[in-house]
This record gives sequence, C-alpha cells and structure tokens, in this order.
Amino acid sequence: MEFHSPDSWREALEVKAAQPEAVAIFGGTDVMVDLNFDRERPGAVLDLTRVPELGEWGEGDGRLRVGAGVTYTRIISELGSELPGLAMASRTVGSPQIRNRGTVGGNLGTASPAGDALPPLYVSDAEVELASTNGTRRVPVVEFITGPKRNAMRPDELIAAFHIPRAEGPQQYAKIGTRNAMVIAVCAFGLALRPERKRVGACLGSAAPTPVRAREAEEFIESVLDWDSRGEIGDTELRRFGELVGEAASPISDVRGTAAYRTHAVGVLARRTLGWAWDEYRRGE
Amino acid sequence: MMIEQTEPATPTRERPDAPVTTPGKVGEHTERADGVPKVKGEFEYSSDLWMDGMLWGATLRSPHPHANIWSIDTAEAEEMPGVQAVLTHEDVPGRKVYGMEVPDQPVLAWERVRYQGEAVAIVAADHPETARRALEKISVQYEVLDPLTDPEEAMKEDAPRLHLSGNVLKRINILHGDVAEASASADVVVSGEYEVGMQDQAFLGPESGLAVPDGQGGVDLYISTQWLHLDRDQVADSLGLDPEQVRLTLSGVGGAFGGREDLSMQIHACLLALETGRPVKMAYNREESFFGHVHRHPAKMRYEHGATRDGELLYVKARLVFDGGAYASSSIAVCTNAATFACGPYEVPNARIESHMLYTNNPPCGAMRGFGAVQVCFAHEAQMDKLANELGMDPLELRIKNAVRPGIRFPFGQEVPPPAPVRVILERVGDMPLPEEEEVMGRDLRRLPGGVSNVTHGEGVRRGVGYAVGYKNIGFSAGFDDYSTARVTLSIEEGEPLVRIHTAAAEVGQGLITVEAQIARTELGVERVAVLQADTRVGSAGSTSASRQTYMTGAAVKQACEQVRARIFQKVREEYADEDLAIEDGDIVSGGESVVSLAELLGGEEIEETVEFHHRETEPLDERGQGNAHLQFAFAAHRAVVEVDTELGLVRVVEVATAQDVGKAMNPQALEGQIEGGIAQGLGLALLEEIQIKEGKIQNASFTDYLIPTILDMPSVRAEILELADPEAPYGLKGAGEPPTIASTPAIVAALRDATGRELARVPVKPEQIVGIAEKPPSEPPQPGSRGYSGIGHLDEREEH
Ligand SMILES: Cc1cc2nc3c(=O)[nH]c(=O)nc-3n(C[C@H](O)[C@H](O)[C@H](O)COP(=O)(O)OP(=O)(O)OC[C@H]3O[C@@H](n4cnc5c(N)ncnc54)[C@H](O)[C@@H]3O)c2cc1C
Repeated sequence: MEFHSPDSWREALEVKAAQPEAVAIFGGTDVMVDLNFDRERPGAVLDLTRVPELGEWGEGDGRLRVGAGVTYTRIISELGSELPGLAMASRTVGSPQIRNRGTVGGNLGTASPAGDALPPLYVSDAEVELASTNGTRRVPVVEFITGPKRNAMRPDELIAAFHIPRAEGPQQYAKIGTRNAMVIAVCAFGLALRPERKRVGACLGSAAPTPVRAREAEEFIESVLDWDSRGEIGDTELRRFGELVGEAASPISDVRGTAAYRTHAVGVLARRTLGWAWDEYRRGE
Repeated sequence: MMIEQTEPATPTRERPDAPVTTPGKVGEHTERADGVPKVKGEFEYSSDLWMDGMLWGATLRSPHPHANIWSIDTAEAEEMPGVQAVLTHEDVPGRKVYGMEVPDQPVLAWERVRYQGEAVAIVAADHPETARRALEKISVQYEVLDPLTDPEEAMKEDAPRLHLSGNVLKRINILHGDVAEASASADVVVSGEYEVGMQDQAFLGPESGLAVPDGQGGVDLYISTQWLHLDRDQVADSLGLDPEQVRLTLSGVGGAFGGREDLSMQIHACLLALETGRPVKMAYNREESFFGHVHRHPAKMRYEHGATRDGELLYVKARLVFDGGAYASSSIAVCTNAATFACGPYEVPNARIESHMLYTNNPPCGAMRGFGAVQVCFAHEAQMDKLANELGMDPLELRIKNAVRPGIRFPFGQEVPPPAPVRVILERVGDMPLPEEEEVMGRDLRRLPGGVSNVTHGEGVRRGVGYAVGYKNIGFSAGFDDYSTARVTLSIEEGEPLVRIHTAAAEVGQGLITVEAQIARTELGVERVAVLQADTRVGSAGSTSASRQTYMTGAAVKQACEQVRARIFQKVREEYADEDLAIEDGDIVSGGESVVSLAELLGGEEIEETVEFHHRETEPLDERGQGNAHLQFAFAAHRAVVEVDTELGLVRVVEVATAQDVGKAMNPQALEGQIEGGIAQGLGLALLEEIQIKEGKIQNASFTDYLIPTILDMPSVRAEILELADPEAPYGLKGAGEPPTIASTPAIVAALRDATGRELARVPVKPEQIVGIAEKPPSEPPQPGSRGYSGIGHLDEREEH
C-alpha cells in the first residue's frame, strides 16, 4: 500500500489527480474501520492531516467556510454559538476520542444515512466545496449526498470545506440510540428556525437511504407559526408537525430498530425539538 | 490424576520474573499488581505475544449454518508465496473432535458444518495478511442445507438429526412434592412466558495465543484460557501426544466470563506449529471473536406459580427450553443448573421443573457468568412480581415471606446450608434510602435517558423501582471431583524472606493473584510474595469459573502455607522455643517475644509444600432430579431505580443497590470491582446485549451493533456487603464473581415495568417493547402504577421479528 502525506493542498490535489483511486484519510475513524474489517484494501492512501488549510475556518460572503478537517471537538468548542445545531450533533458523535479525530469532511466523504453531521448541514442549506487540480465547485449538500454511502465527489476531487450560514435562529439536534453514548443513530432529527425568512428547516437522519428534508412538515409549520408575535404553538400543531415528519421517513427494520419505531421516534423528536426551539425563540434568545 | 511435568528440554520462551508484591493481608484493600500496567497499556496480553521468526495462523470458517462438505481444495492456497502450511481435518493426527463434556465438536470440520463460523481449514503464513488472503484461495464445496434453528422444532420426532445421538442434548426433570395436589388448593395462580436473548461475554481481549514447537515433537502453548489443564488434555488428545509433551503457560487474559472455557485456537495453533516447526501466533479480530467462542444460552421459559391468599408459595411449574446451538460445550451442566435454580431462593414445597437442552444450527452456547441461573432468575422474579400484583402485596414483602432459610430443602432435595441470609439481604436493599428524586426539567442531559443525544429535557420521563434476588452454586457440582493444586515455597532472597506461589489457576482479571498473595502474607507473616505465572508444570487448579477460584485455589494456597508454617515451627521447636508460636514480619515469635528471624532460621534452605485441595463431595441428581448436588450457595439481592422516557422507550438506570453475602471480603477493592462489573453485565442483558441471529446467521458481530454499556450507561452502585462465614470454606468466604450479574437484570426490568406498566417478558428490553410498537403504530400506553406493578398483567405487544 502506498502512503502519501502531502503538506500542501496543491500537492494533495496533484496526488489525487495522478492517483484517483487513492483513498483520502483524515481522522481515519471510518477509513480505519473499513481497513480493519477488511472491507477495503486500497492500493494507496492519501493522508490529509498535514494540509493546514483543511483545519481552518472563517467567514466570508455572509457565510462560514469550515475546512473539511475541522474536528467535532473543535466545532463544539469554537463554533458552538455560530452553528449550534451542528455543535449539538457533534456532541452526539462517538466518544471523546472519536470527536478528537473525526471530521465533518469525513462524515461527508462517508455519506452514511446515519452521519450525524449531515442533518444540520441539510437544514441550513449548506454547500460542499469540492476541489481538484482543475478548480473548485460548490454543491448543495442535498445534491452532494446521492445515496447510502454515495456522494457526488468525482474521483479526482477532494472535499475542501463546507459553506454554511451562521445560525439565524434557534437550532436543535436530537438522536435516538439504544445506548446513552457511543452509538450509531437509530434515527435522528435536525431542526433550524430562520425567523428572518420565516422558514423552518427539518431533516431526518437514519430514517431513509439518505438524510431527508421533511418538506411537507416544514411548509405546514411555517404557515402555522406566529413569527411576529411569537405566540405559543398549539399542541395539535406540534403533533401534526411530528406526524408529517414521521411520514417523510422511509426507514428499514434492521438490528438497530424496527421501521415502525423509527417512524414513531423521529416524529416524537420533531415535536419535542420544535417545542424547545420555539420556546427559545419566544424567550428571544 | 495429576501429571507432574519436567522443564522442557528446550525452553522456548523466556519466563519473565514474577513481580514481588507487598503489603495486603486477607480482608485488606489490596491493589492489584497488574492494575497500573494495564491502564498504561504496558501489560502483555496474549494478543501481544511475539517471537522472532513466528508465523501467523488464520482460520477458514463456514459461511453456512448447516451444510454438507463435498470437498476441500487447498492446492492454490498452498502455492501462495509466504504460505507455510494449509491444514484440514485430515491433518489432525489424534482425536478429531473435542469438547469439555461431550467430545462432539470437530477440530476442523469434515462432511458437515453445523453452525456459521465453524472452523474448516487453517493456514500459517509469514504475514497475517498473507494468511488471510490464503484463506480466500481455499475452495470448499458445500451443499447448503436448511438450518434447524428453533429448539422446539429440534425437539420434534421428525426433525433432522444434527448429531448421531439426536437433538436432545440433555433433559432434567425435577419432581418435588405433589404439584397436582398443591395446584388444587392454590388460591392464586399466575403464569407467564419469558424469553432471554443470546448474550455474549464480550471480553475485550480476543482469542489469541502463541504455539512454539520444542523440536522434540512436543509443543509449548502460551494462551489466554480459564483452565490450563483441561486445555492441555484436549490439545494433547487431538495432537496425538502425551500430555507431558504439551506445556501450557497462561498469558495475559483480557477477560473471560465463561467464554474461554472451550477451546478456540489452541489446537489449531499447535497443529500449525508442529507442521511448520516454527512458532505460530493466532489472534482473532473482534468479528471473528464472535464466532470463536460460545455464548449465553437463549431460553424460553414457561412458568406457573400457585400461592395461598396470604402469599405463601405452594408450587411452581416450569418448562425451560434452552438453545444449545451446534455443539455441546458445557450445556449439560447449564441445563442442570437452570433446573436446580428454577424456583429462585424461595421455599417451594412442591415443584415440577423440566429443563430441555437442544442442539440446533445456531452458534454453540456454553458458559457465561451466572451459568443457567441468569435465565431462570429473570423468569422467576418476573413471576414473583406478577404474583405480588395479583395478591395486592408489596413485591419485597412477598419475597421476604417466601425466602429460603437454613434447614429447609430446595426443590432438588438438598438441605439449605447455613448461612442463607436471603431474608436479610432483601430487607437490606429495601431499607437502603432511595436516590433522591431530582427535578427532571433543566437537568444535565447526561442524567436523562438518551444522554447527550438530547432526546428529552424531561418530557415523558417516569421513574420506576424494582427488586430481585437470585442465587447460584459456587464450585463444581453434581459429583465432579473438584480440586486445585498449590505449591508454596519459602526461602530467603537477599536477606529477606520471600514466598513463591505456583498454581495453574487462571487470573482472568478478577484479582486471584492478589488474593493468593494476601493469603500467603496472612498465613506466613511474610511481606514479600511472588505469584509465579500459571502453567502446567504444577497440578491442575480447575477452571476459573463457577466463582470457585478464591475458594478452591485459595484453600489450596492456604493449606500449603499452613504446611510450610508447620515445618518452620517444627524447626523452631527443635532449636529454640515451643510455646505459642507465630510468624510476624519475618520473625518467629514465641509468647510475644521474638526468638529468631526467618532469615537466620532458614539460611539457604527452602521450604516447599504442594497441596491438592478437594472440596466436599457432591452428588449427581437422581432420576427425580433430587440430590445434594451443590457445594455452596451464594445470594445477592438488587434494587434498581430507572428513569424511562415512556414515549421513546429509552432508559437511564439511576442506581442499582445491592446486598450480597460474601462470607468474607477477601479483598474489598476487588470485590467492589466484581459487584460493579457484574451489575454492568446484568444491565447489558437487561437493556442492550443480544447477538441477533437470523436463520442461523449472526447479524451483529461487532461492537458497532453488539452494544455493551458505556460508563454513561452505568448507574451509581450502592452495595452492602455481608460477611456471614460459611464454616466449611476457607476464611468463611463465598464465591463472589457471579451473583452480581444474576438478579441485577430482573431488578432493572422490574423497575421498567413499574415505570411503564408493561409486561416486558423478554430481555434485552428494546425501546419498541417499552413504547408498545411491533410493526404498527404505538397504542395508548397502559397506565403505570406507583411502584404497584399494576400493569404487569397486560399483554406485551411486541412481535417477533
Ligand atoms: C467508535 C466510532 C464511533 C462513531 N460514532 C459516530 C457517530 O456517533 N456519528 C457519526 O456520524 N459517525 C460516527 N462514527 C463515524 C466517523 O467517526 C464519522 O463518520 C467521522 O465524521 C469521519 O471523519 P474522519 O475524519 O475520521 O473520516 P475518515 O475516516 O478519515 O474518512 C471518511 C471518509 O471520508 C473520506 N474523506 C475524508 N476527508 C476527505 C476529504 N477532505 N476529501 C475527500 N474525502 C475525504 C475518506 O476517504 C473516507 O471515505 C464513529 C466511528 C467510530 C470508529
């Protein structure tokens, strides 16, 4: 196995251009599992941890640009107020060790339907910045994730960063696991309120082949919420929102849980998280 | 029979010096010598073994749970560069099968495979990757057969026979009193069907070892195991060697819990080493480990309890069906154990228990912490709660009322020996203060169901409290001649007395080597003790199982020390004094006055004694399931407090309180470890741990989907230790390893029932069961009682899937 460890982005892209089959590795928390389980035997590995740009984040054109190599631990400590939903999701990832190594770039690369970083990106209409020696392009995350463990990255491309607006209102993330830590989501739910635009983003994780936006639920609740006077949401409306989110699911039954439970649980999470987010909005936080 | 061994002609691996430890006598908090190295990653586990020039072994396993083998072609694998040997059943020179109770399991399969993961061929190569790749080049022609996966089906007359002896591996009937008459006079009858899923020992150090040929036809094996001598005898049989030609040395064991009683890679590594003339290391990875050892038996149990209106138990009827899987392992003993403990530690005047153990094409099951007592405890304790509910009685009071006491007879005929403080331990857990109710809203997420996954801020959360009590035998039962051997040597090294202890008893993490040293310090009044690496150069110590080693090897060490002491006193009497002798801090004391130091008394002389300690004889059960089958009984009671998110089915266990009689707390620190660890494992069975099997195939052979509790799932533990001496046991001690696991599971489930009002008749309890979902939307949840168990009679709506 060949091992490349470039220390500049330029060089990394060149390696990838020359050897498109080389497997990128950052935290390695997915790649190493695949190697250990003998699911993959790459001829070449491209270690990106020495590329400084990937670990940087900053603000430009009203959005944040977060390098693909920013770890969950750093998102929690450095971006907690800018991206509260993503920070909450990051807190649910694995264990301290995994959060110290694992990155959002890696979560995008893996494109698992259970990827915890994904619903927060979906609800904020984030974009993924892909780069190759031929230039860069930005792809909306909904288009980037094309199926379970499939994404729109071309063989010669690498993920440079993601672009995401700073939170425009309360955000939430909740995840069901049968264990109280270190668990792959049985199902999950991400929510973002965008009061300026009177919009709500709602996304289910681990309840379909990819994360899915619950568009009907979003539209329903957007029309119901009393954005200006910040009035309470009725219980019926909360429940209806939960039901519509449940209807957006197309889950499977597997070792982690039944389809019926996933549908039920994601609806409960939707109802609860909306209640919390709306309360926060009402309190004017 | 005991075979003394000589040093190998060519010692193959340098024997590390045993570390000398100081202080800590019996009953004192004593730190384990391997603790710090383990935490620092410096401890050598069997998977770390290394020798220059060694080869790596790998195992080809059947992908099918049931198939005929028509041919095995190894030619292509043999030709691969780096491959040194490819072996099949044809290359097993001795007995081609092994097994602890029934030698029914092929060393390497021929003609038929009976479970997914059964070993078919083995390879040795220069590099582990080469070995794994070579496996892919072995071509096995299978004819896939329908797997027989349901023990009830396996019991039928017309079921395909998986073994020549048929599918019934063992049947035990216990007939006690007159159930027919008793059931006619019962005021209240409750019945139920209970199910326990297949739990795994999930030890953290996977199966591994190193086999080194001695150049004279024999072999040395460095291995993680629970019983060196039983391994040795089975390995020697299959290699066609004399036992003296096979020497085993215990290497670092990363947990066992019963899963290392059976052989895994022992014979395979030795075959490869003898074939190639080179050291061969084998180490399973996590996935392979799930196929490399037996699991806890899944059980289906039907119970009926009858009682008088004031809560006196009149009879118990039970039918227990266990899935033994493809091979016997220790299933016969598990079947017997389960039958004897089926009624729990209660006075039951009439009982009819049937216990069935079946062969199927599921993974083989065998020993796991609790050994048959765990499954029945889940059922009998659910029944006791159901009965209490039916009677409108407090569940704890019902238990106390029926608790066994010394002098009465268990349903299997044996008299309950003193002490049997069942009533006392139940009262103790009842009297302990309940953890304070903390306002749910605004709590730190880590103290809510779901933890930092942020599923509830208090919504839907309800508290429940549940009780359970369980018991089990300590030591080997039913007529087995159970013994352990210890050699104790006292000498003067560098001017100071030093005791060396040599046994073959396996330290698997429980702290036995610490206890052995404490005993020597206590008996010989010497600070410095070295416990030598366990190996087969000394006689058998029996298995590290059945919570027996502190009792059995502890007794052997104690007696050997006593004999050494007697010889010292003999010398003292001849030369110095003879009154009121004792050894204190390396000095001989007579009547409180120091007369001579050990150093001066012994000079260059060594005093050595070897003792074989046998425990009191037990009897096999007769045809009515009656007999003095067990040596000693250990009891523990648990109270669990849980908080359940009733809408999502997620759980936080708030606290587990326990009272356990240990006879003597030999090392309080290690005891605490056993209690907390046992509760963690019981919690795992209650809520998380199950090997899921579909048509004979394991669906979750990894720690991604076989979930064991993390520290965030572990509640705080409140323990009361009782030290009521057993007059027959060394220091009065009782085995303490298994009891914490037995009743912790049913206590947690009882608490869940209290919180939710659901029946919850199966463990592990899944969120689906708690919220009442099968493949349909949840129905309205039943109303829970306030610790009243009022909903227990409701039907659980979980469907099989
Ligand atoms: C014990 C454990 C617990 C876990 N728990 C969770 C959890 O709770 N939630 C969750 O979502 N995940 C979890 N994971 C999975 C994993 O940690 C996450 O998916 C993480 O985000 C992966 O990041 P990484 O940097 O380690 O990725 P890597 O393993 O380095 O890479 C993952 C994939 O992304 C590709 N990749 C990485 N960086 C780039 C790049 N810059 N450009 C192009 N491709 C790239 C790699 O080629 C690979 O395909 C867990 C993993 C483990 C081992």
